[in-house]
Amino acid sequence: MSSNRELTRLSGWGNTAPSMCHVVDASGLDVIKTAIEESDTRGVIARGLGRSYGAPAQNAGGTVLLMADHGDSSIGLDPQTGLVTADARVSLERLMTELVPQGWFVPVTPGTRQVTVGGAIASDIHGKNHHVDGSFGDHVVKITLLTSEGNVRELTPEESPSEFWATVGGMGLTGVILNATFKMIPITTSSMRVETSRAENLSALMTSMQDDRDYRYSVAWIDLVAKGSRMGRGVLTRGDHAALSDLKNVDEASALKFNPKALLSAPPIFPSGLLNKWTVSAFNEVWFRKAPAQIHESIESIGSFFHPLDGVKQWNRLYGRSGFVQYQFVVPFGAEETLEAIVHRLSAENCASFLAVLKYFRKGNDGPLSFPLEGWTLALDVPAHGGHMAAVFAEVDEMVLHAGGRHYLAKDAHIRPDAVMRGYPRLQEWRDVQQRMDPNHVWQSDLARRLRLTTR
Amino acid sequence: MENGLGIPQTIALFGASSEIGQAVIREIIQVGVANVVLAVRSESSVAQFKDELNGTYPGVNILVHQFDALEFESHDGLIARIVTEVGDIDVAVIAFGVLGGEPCESLLSTDAVQVAQVNYTGTVSLLGALATQMKRQSHGKIAYLSSVAGERVRRSNPVYGSSKAGADSFAQGLSDRLVGSGVSLLIVRPGFVASKMTAHLKPAPFATTPGAVAVATAKGLASGKRIIWVPGLLRFVFSIFRHLPLPIWRKLAEKG
Ligand SMILES: Cc1cc2nc3c(=O)[nH]c(=O)nc-3n(C[C@H](O)[C@H](O)[C@H](O)COP(=O)(O)OP(=O)(O)OC[C@H]3O[C@@H](n4cnc5c(N)ncnc54)[C@H](O)[C@@H]3O)c2cc1C
Ligand SMILES: NC(=O)c1ccc[n+]([C@@H]2O[C@H](COP(=O)([O-])OP(=O)(O)OC[C@H]3O[C@@H](n4cnc5c(N)ncnc54)[C@H](OP(=O)(O)O)[C@@H]3O)[C@@H](O)[C@H]2O)c1
Repeated sequence: MSSNRELTRLSGWGNTAPSMCHVVDASGLDVIKTAIEESDTRGVIARGLGRSYGAPAQNAGGTVLLMADHGDSSIGLDPQTGLVTADARVSLERLMTELVPQGWFVPVTPGTRQVTVGGAIASDIHGKNHHVDGSFGDHVVKITLLTSEGNVRELTPEESPSEFWATVGGMGLTGVILNATFKMIPITTSSMRVETSRAENLSALMTSMQDDRDYRYSVAWIDLVAKGSRMGRGVLTRGDHAALSDLKNVDEASALKFNPKALLSAPPIFPSGLLNKWTVSAFNEVWFRKAPAQIHESIESIGSFFHPLDGVKQWNRLYGRSGFVQYQFVVPFGAEETLEAIVHRLSAENCASFLAVLKYFRKGNDGPLSFPLEGWTLALDVPAHGGHMAAVFAEVDEMVLHAGGRHYLAKDAHIRPDAVMRGYPRLQEWRDVQQRMDPNHVWQSDLARRLRLTTR
Repeated sequence: MENGLGIPQTIALFGASSEIGQAVIREIIQVGVANVVLAVRSESSVAQFKDELNGTYPGVNILVHQFDALEFESHDGLIARIVTEVGDIDVAVIAFGVLGGEPCESLLSTDAVQVAQVNYTGTVSLLGALATQMKRQSHGKIAYLSSVAGERVRRSNPVYGSSKAGADSFAQGLSDRLVGSGVSLLIVRPGFVASKMTAHLKPAPFATTPGAVAVATAKGLASGKRIIWVPGLLRFVFSIFRHLPLPIWRKLAEKG
């Protein structure tokens, strides 16, 4: 059947490794079931807003279920408990737009609001509050999942722990998440109370991050271009939701206003190479100088604190036609020397990443493929046209794995199967559950194929 | 699939003892490639090449599979086995071929039928199996080593020339069929290449090397071309040769 269906070119947010897929707008349960029945050996995968960087939400030659919210997907809040049941297609932006004014914030937000609830669970996303609140899956009490055999199942951590945790972080490979119930965070204002400070190098930065526990949200941006004694210099921003008393001249009603408007749009496709080591190093210098030398307190909006890049629509095009990859890994505490060596290696490479994001995670959860593990995580963007980066990454990959670390599947675009095996020691356990949940091998994606995730 | 850095994950070489084929692999392999599949009649003929690749790219998984171009019924199964073992095939290089002896008194060399079957039927069979798999994948690149010998057949080797001509035509048609499928097929037409196939012959004009064919093939694959000539000049030379009056062509072909 598939041979006559139209093919659509899809790629992830990094605009790399596009593939030709049969895209189905999964507007209702019937449509999804039919698509599964009609799929061939190339299988089916769900796709949310396509904000993962690599290829987990595309399926060359197979079916892609577009889980798009046409504005009619449901959000049901219990104002007593803060539990919300939302359609998997709902974006975090829509959740914020509707629930922030009612005094509720999402339990975890990534660096963009443009992700769906389904994508948030499938990647078990983390945010600036991981060290306090854990990842998205930690707040979910129930997942409604459509299995490959066409059954709708309710998964909870109590009654079906293996299936529940195989789905959290399971990259869409256990079924289609239809909706989920999770706990929101109560807030009294839509503002953030933020402290900004800067550190002259990486070890100073890591030292000041030791008292992160006093803040609900924390993240550091480090300059990968600076060399020598300033290597790894960075700006640390930490904060919490502001209380009404933190705001001047604002009444209770307007304190919860939320405006998600995007500001600018990047030009269609930027010439590749505009981001080079000169422009990046100039940018980083200005950015570092702009940060106050002393600790500085400010009040910011949710958007500017959590989602600065959402202000520029389709900023991913800044990297030109060949796209970019995001490299994110975590190494356990105790591997600080490895982390320094990696920053050193990457900064020697002039790999033209504006900034890298450094953060520490608390202990991870029960998801065998969930990314966070207690330790330091670093994320950086690298233009994909420098073929030599493959060798650099191969070296860094080995350092990460050797230190007992792992790579984030939602961002990965280059690791090899053995890196998953070494980084995720519970992979086989996940595979066993996955195979039980998908005996006919329906769920497949480009990522799963490249990494042999569902190999039997 | 290629990964996010544009690096193919699995590369397969059919006729893996071919000198040109091996040169192409050396050209396109790089850090980041996960698997190289060597499909060959006898495993021992690629032992040295395997060691070489293992030495230069210790991270790459090298697999050897038994492959005979004449065992047509086995081709589908071979492709299926490779896919089960390592997943999608991203790049396939087809390099098997035989030159055959010159026809003698009987006008039919003893091996004529076999040469025709390896070069033509074998290519049709394998290309068909590969293209079917890649179409299913909706991605993949094939490089087929054709030859200028098929452009205008010479009296010294009509079996080789015509079988290459037939396979080349088949590949052109297949390549057109694949447009829009995400799969591409590159036809490489080298002139005289100094390799073990031609070791007993005296080099023809515009002779080239396996290395030069490899560089051109890698470029052609990257840019998504349909047909390339090596050296590139041969494209113009043969556009003249093709229209030369017969007596002149016969004379010319006799010399080279
Ligand atoms: C600017 C930016 C900043 C980011 N910052 C962070 C960050 O701070 N922390 C972090 O953790 N991540 C971050 N990410 C990554 C992003 O949060 C994840 O990739 C997320 O999964 C994207 O959600 P999506 O809806 O776009 O899903 P997609 O990218 O479309 O899909 C991601 C995965 O989810 C699966 N999936 C989607 N919907 C469903 C469904 N209904 N049922 C089953 N499976 C489904 C897909 O199959 C796929 O495997 C960031 C991304 C961007 C672009
Ligand atoms: N050399 C030239 O001048 C030239 C010019 C233009 C085009 N070409 C083409 O380029 C390709 C590669 O040639 P080459 O120069 O590299 O020659 P080569 O080194 O002789 O390689 C050809 C290979 O084909 C293999 N082969 C023969 N019969 C086979 C069969 N039945 N099944 C599987 N494999 C078989 C041989 O493998 P075994 O080890 O099993 O014998 C041999 O290694 C050929 O298609 C040739 O026609 C060559």
